[in-house]
Formats: sequence, C-alpha cells, structure tokens
Amino acid sequence: MEKYVYMDNSATTPVKEEVLKEMLPYFTSKYGNPSSVYSLGNESKNAIEIAREKVAKALNAKPNEIFFTAGGSEADNWAIKGVAYANKGKGNHIITSKIEHHGILHTCKYLEKHGFNVTYLDVDEYGLVDLQQLEEAITDDTILITIMFANNEIGTIQPIKEIGKIAKDKGVLFHTDAVQAVGHVKIDVDDLNIDLLSLSAHKFYGPKGVGALYVRRGVKIDPLISGGGQEGNRRAGTENVPGIVGMGKAIELAYEDLEEKNARLIKLRDSLIQKIFDNIDYVRLNGHPTKRLPGNVNVCFEFIEGESLLLSLDMEGIAASSGSACTSGTLEPSHVLLAIGLPHEIAHGSLRLSLGDFNTEEEVDYVVEKLVEIVARLRAMSPLYEDVKEVK
Amino acid sequence: MYSEKVMDHFRNPRNVGEIENADGVGEVGNPRCGDIMKMYLKIEDGIIKDVKFKTFGCGSAIASSSMATELIKGKTIEEAMKVTNKKVAEALDGLPPIKMHCSVLAEQAIKAALLDYSKKNNVHIEGLEDFNPDEDPHGH
Repeated sequence: MEKYVYMDNSATTPVKEEVLKEMLPYFTSKYGNPSSVYSLGNESKNAIEIAREKVAKALNAKPNEIFFTAGGSEADNWAIKGVAYANKGKGNHIITSKIEHHGILHTCKYLEKHGFNVTYLDVDEYGLVDLQQLEEAITDDTILITIMFANNEIGTIQPIKEIGKIAKDKGVLFHTDAVQAVGHVKIDVDDLNIDLLSLSAHKFYGPKGVGALYVRRGVKIDPLISGGGQEGNRRAGTENVPGIVGMGKAIELAYEDLEEKNARLIKLRDSLIQKIFDNIDYVRLNGHPTKRLPGNVNVCFEFIEGESLLLSLDMEGIAASSGSACTSGTLEPSHVLLAIGLPHEIAHGSLRLSLGDFNTEEEVDYVVEKLVEIVARLRAMSPLYEDVKEVK
Repeated sequence: MYSEKVMDHFRNPRNVGEIENADGVGEVGNPRCGDIMKMYLKIEDGIIKDVKFKTFGCGSAIASSSMATELIKGKTIEEAMKVTNKKVAEALDGLPPIKMHCSVLAEQAIKAALLDYSKKNNVHIEGLEDFNPDEDPHGH
C-alpha cells in the first residue's frame, strides 16, 4: 500500500524516535535489575527515578506519588480495587459514569459482586456528567468517585476541577482515568483536586505495556499486585525499565511544546470536521464542540454501518475506528454513544478519526475525499437511504 | 478477520441494486441491530431470472447478501429454497462466529422475497409454510 494515513491515535501512537533512542540501552547494555545492589542495578534504579521525576513534573505531583504499572487498565483496576478494599471500613459506595472505559466499568461490576454498591451517573447529549446529580449521589457510604478526564470515543473533557472540588468538600476520594488526556491536555493534580490518576504511555508516543498511577500522599490504597518491595511496597514485580524510561521521555516531550502542538491539532481537527460537514449530508458530530480532546473527531453517518466504513477506509490506506456493534465484538453499539442518547441505528454508523502529531492538512483532505466516495457508495447500497431519497 | 472471499464480495458486491416491478421483494433485519437486507427477484417459469439486493450492515452482511444472490441467480425456486445460511457461509470460505447471523439474514432475505412472490402470484412454495420473515436472527 503506497499511502497510509493513520488517524487512530486514540487507539495507540507510534513510539517517537527520541523515545526509542533513550529506551534501547536498557534492553541490552544497561540490563541490571533495579533491586540489585551493584552498579549495573543502580544504573537502572536511577533511570527509573529520573523517569518518575519527569512524570511527576508533568502532573505537578511529587515523585513519591507516582507508581509505575503495566498500563492504563492496571492503573484503573488498582485505583478502584485498592481504594475500595483499603477504605471499606468507611463505606462501600462508589460513584462513576456510564461512559467510562471498560477498565473502570468492568472493575466496578466486579466490585458489585463483592459487596460494593456503584452508582453510574448519566451524561448529557455531549457526554458531560451533571455536577448536581453527582452531588446528590454522594452518601455517607461513598468512598470513591471515579470519572474519566476525557472520553476515549467522543473526546469530551469533563469538568474535572469541579468534580474534584465536590469530592474534596465531601471528603470523598477522587480518581480520574486520564489515559486519553495525559500528554494532550495540561494537568495539575493539585489545582484540579485529583487524588488518583491513571495514565498510559502508548497514548502519548511512548511504548505499550507501561503506565502509572498517581496516588496523592496520604491516600489509603491496598496493593493490587503483591510480591517484592518494588515501588515503595505498593506494586510488586521487577520494573519494566526500558518502558519506564520511554514513558519518562515521552511525557517530557509531550509537554515541551504542548500549546503550539494543540493549536495546530485543534485547527486540523476543526478543519476535518468542517470539511466532512461541507461535503457529506446526514452527518452528526458526537461529543462537545469545544470541550473535546484536540485530536478527536467523532461523527455518525446515517444509513450506513461503521464496520463497512472502516473496511472501506482500510482499502484506501486509512486507519480509523468505530463504535458500531460489529467492531465492539458484541451485537450492541458503543455504550458511550448510547449514553449520549443516540438511537441504535445511528450509533452503528459512527466513525472516530483521532489526529496526532504526525497528521497533516494534506491527509485531512485525502481522508475527506475518500470518505465522500465511500459514504456515497455504501449509501447507494443501503435500503435505509433509499427511503430517505423517496421522502426528498 | 475475514476470508479473501468475504473481502472480494465486500469490495465488489455482485447484483447490487433494485429491480423495478420485481416479482418478489423481501426485507429482513432491523436497523437497531445494525443490519437490513432487501432482496428483489425477477421470476419466470419458476426460475429466478434476475436478483438484486440492497444492504445496510457490516462487511459480512454485504458479502453474505452478495453471495446469496450469486447462489440463487438462474436457479429454480426449489433450488433457491435449499440455500441455507450454512451454504452462504461455506461459499464465503467461512464467517467469524459472531458474524454467522449475517448469513442467517441472507437466507431469510431469499425466503422473504420468495414468500412475497408466492403471495402475489398465489403459488405454493414448499418449505415456506412456517417461515416468519420477522424472526430475529440475533436471538435477542
């Protein structure tokens, strides 16, 4: 395939050259176990601590509040299970939202089977939680509020600071799954009143299989992985040194010139949205028009189905994703699209194009050109479109 | 995920379109579930002279519709009645388990179109007595 346009940066991103370069020595020459006392081990240990400082700096946290994990899902599982079990003497109620990532939702479902009660907050048509509904949901038994920073499908950014404030005022811990936000949005855990925060390196040009959980000092949390004394006795297992080093470099790069990068991305994003709307009818934008991730575009094309759209795009060398049933591995379309009130038949026709540092305006034009052709072709095949044409 | 055959029929679906004044038209599926198939038949002397389809659905739904039209074109009504979902799936070199309902839908589309033909022309078709075109292949 001569042309390849990658517009699925919310799924994963490539590791940047500078990041890989820093990681490589830790696979081969600097392979020491960080727990070993000799100098080879110390070298690894130091590399981890430098990475920890970089992650802490990016979030305005302290290094001893950053704990490395094997990714975002582990961080989510740990935050919720760890806080639930460590604080169950205080209460057994958890509040979350209906549009969380499955790393959160399935963990909450698991805890429901083990004596915890979970409230799943509704969201409005843009995917925003209602702060009043949140406040009303808090009871004396509430020990944790977990609301995602930014949604992985529709890109909506929640009013995190306000949510954190409510939690703080009520003396409830606040965790946010910030896997889609870290490296893309400015985050200050103190300013935003965040107690726990999950992140994942491969969403910001770092390697896969490494993430972290920020845990504010003083927060009571049980370990998820028991064993050796790594990560201050909180997360056992020999550290993924190259991965952690890569994450440190990647997060540093991500925040180096965030504002310029985002200004460019937002322009590209809005241009893509505009061009889709200018050239294709029966289309709707999902998520909030402005409170959204800089690179996120999510639209529904009526009368066609998402998977056939993705297969057609792939044939043109374009990588994207969809919330249709046929791509979720179930027969239901995405829980996020249903939660924002889309009817099933419209949710089936969703397309997410997530832009990143390597996408260009030229690629945007190519994608729009191909989308016009593909949507027209699939609609010509669709019995639903035929009915609309008759009404016209 | 899909066989080369499925991708071929998705890329170049056979017999897409409508037939004006078709002798039988059948529509099955449900937009809620993400797939609808509509099949048009031209029947002369008990033989399916022409067949066209329109489908809203995923790659395997489009490929299954296309393959189903190929399997019945030029065949007698009796032969078309023998095209089961399994035959459609086999002809496509298999479908992923979660996509098998697409081939069920294709079988139902053929039968729904034949049922329409039999009603319009008051002819009896063996095997359609218990056929319910509104039956949900997803089983939910």
